Amino acid sequence: MKTAPQFFRHGPGPFTRLFVFALLSCLLIAEDVRFKYFPELRQTIGVVIFPFQKVAYIPANIYDQVDKFIANLYLLEENTRLREQYLENQAQLLRMHSLEAENIQLRELLGAVREIETQTKTKAVLAEILYTPRDPFNHKITLNKGSQHHIQLGQAVIDDKGIVGQITQLYPWSSEVTLLTDKDHSVPVQVARNSLRSVISGTGKNNELELRYLSVNTDIQLGDLLVTSGIGGVYPVGIPVAIVQRIERDPVDDFAQIIGTPIGGVDRNRQVLVLSLVDSMPHDPIEMPEIESQKN
Amino acid sequence: MNHKRTKDQHSDKNYYFGQDVYVPASNGYIALSLAIALILNFLPLQGDLLIFRPDFVAMTIIYWGISYPHKMGMSIAFSMGLMMDVGNTSLLGQHALAYCVMIYLTLIFGRRLRLFGLMKQAPQIALILLMMQITLVLIAVSSGSHLPGWSYFFATATGTLLWAPISVLLSTPLKQKPDPNAL
Repeated sequence: MKTAPQFFRHGPGPFTRLFVFALLSCLLIAEDVRFKYFPELRQTIGVVIFPFQKVAYIPANIYDQVDKFIANLYLLEENTRLREQYLENQAQLLRMHSLEAENIQLRELLGAVREIETQTKTKAVLAEILYTPRDPFNHKITLNKGSQHHIQLGQAVIDDKGIVGQITQLYPWSSEVTLLTDKDHSVPVQVARNSLRSVISGTGKNNELELRYLSVNTDIQLGDLLVTSGIGGVYPVGIPVAIVQRIERDPVDDFAQIIGTPIGGVDRNRQVLVLSLVDSMPHDPIEMPEIESQKN
Repeated sequence: MNHKRTKDQHSDKNYYFGQDVYVPASNGYIALSLAIALILNFLPLQGDLLIFRPDFVAMTIIYWGISYPHKMGMSIAFSMGLMMDVGNTSLLGQHALAYCVMIYLTLIFGRRLRLFGLMKQAPQIALILLMMQITLVLIAVSSGSHLPGWSYFFATATGTLLWAPISVLLSTPLKQKPDPNAL
């Protein structure tokens, strides 16, 4: 090689270059999986690609405009329907207010903390899904609101029916939501029927959640509604999470195999609500190791 | 760029005159095509469309890797991979490594691929795309994910089918208009 003139030199060969870049990629992957030393790197790239994501969203925006225009034609019908719904909800809300007042009174009588007040008065930010990746390995979506819109890490994301997921990565103008069905995601829940507490986890498959470590003789039935228990402080109390769909009680195993389907439109909706963090969130690094490490 | 070159055409004297003439692609044009591919990859699709969507960025990188191996280096593939990783919310470095493997195969087989027509190139591109997706699967599985279903590889199939249209699309703006005043 030394005798080759300057003209023919092209730097290292393809295999050497592949080796160097493969090594670099492996380091990045290891950093991303285990250590998370440089969250800034991901955020910087996120800012760089944001314009591309925004441009890619233009067709959807146009579709929305056309859809809105067509919907305008049916405005009167929708108005009456919404008014009926509003009255219905208002009646329920009034009943809830009185129940809440009664609950606070009873709790005061018992000398309990007034936690329920802080847990029901959650503010919400409406966000739109910017992008759903094709990746079957991780169940995440990108929203069009970020730290500039006062979104915080760890906020719960819901739709009109139930929990969708949780904010796990923050960029200035967008944020990443880990869906319920992601393999690394768990929600503390209780059975609405008998308030049996457990933790439901994603399986990494579409529309499948798993209740782990419940013994074979647990009192749980097909069709049971699972709602958030509020333990852990990330999710507010009483939001529907899943419905039990399959129970396999094999006496050979120690635990029953319980599979549920999420109620919220984990893979359907365009608009979602981002709930603000519950104030009385326990500051416990063991409970939320991932979020804590990202904050630092 | 001579996609339609075959053995019997070589003996034909008129072959070189009948060929389309292409101007060399500028760096700006390559960057523009990569940006458009990135936008196509980021389109908010759902359901079946999402499964069948080919990886436009990968195909554009392969195309330039075959046509201009000196311009489409491994560092560009690597940085495009990083952008895909962040946009795709996958592990940082997953697509980067897969694209590097892909451009490595392209650079090695590029000269051979240029001898074939677009239709004969397609099955060989399929192998390269498949290797890229297998790399993605291996990284994901080694970090604790489930194996995806077979439908994951539909993207390679659609990518193979779209190879010829995309190649024509990328080369059309480079085609030089015949000058009527020339000899």
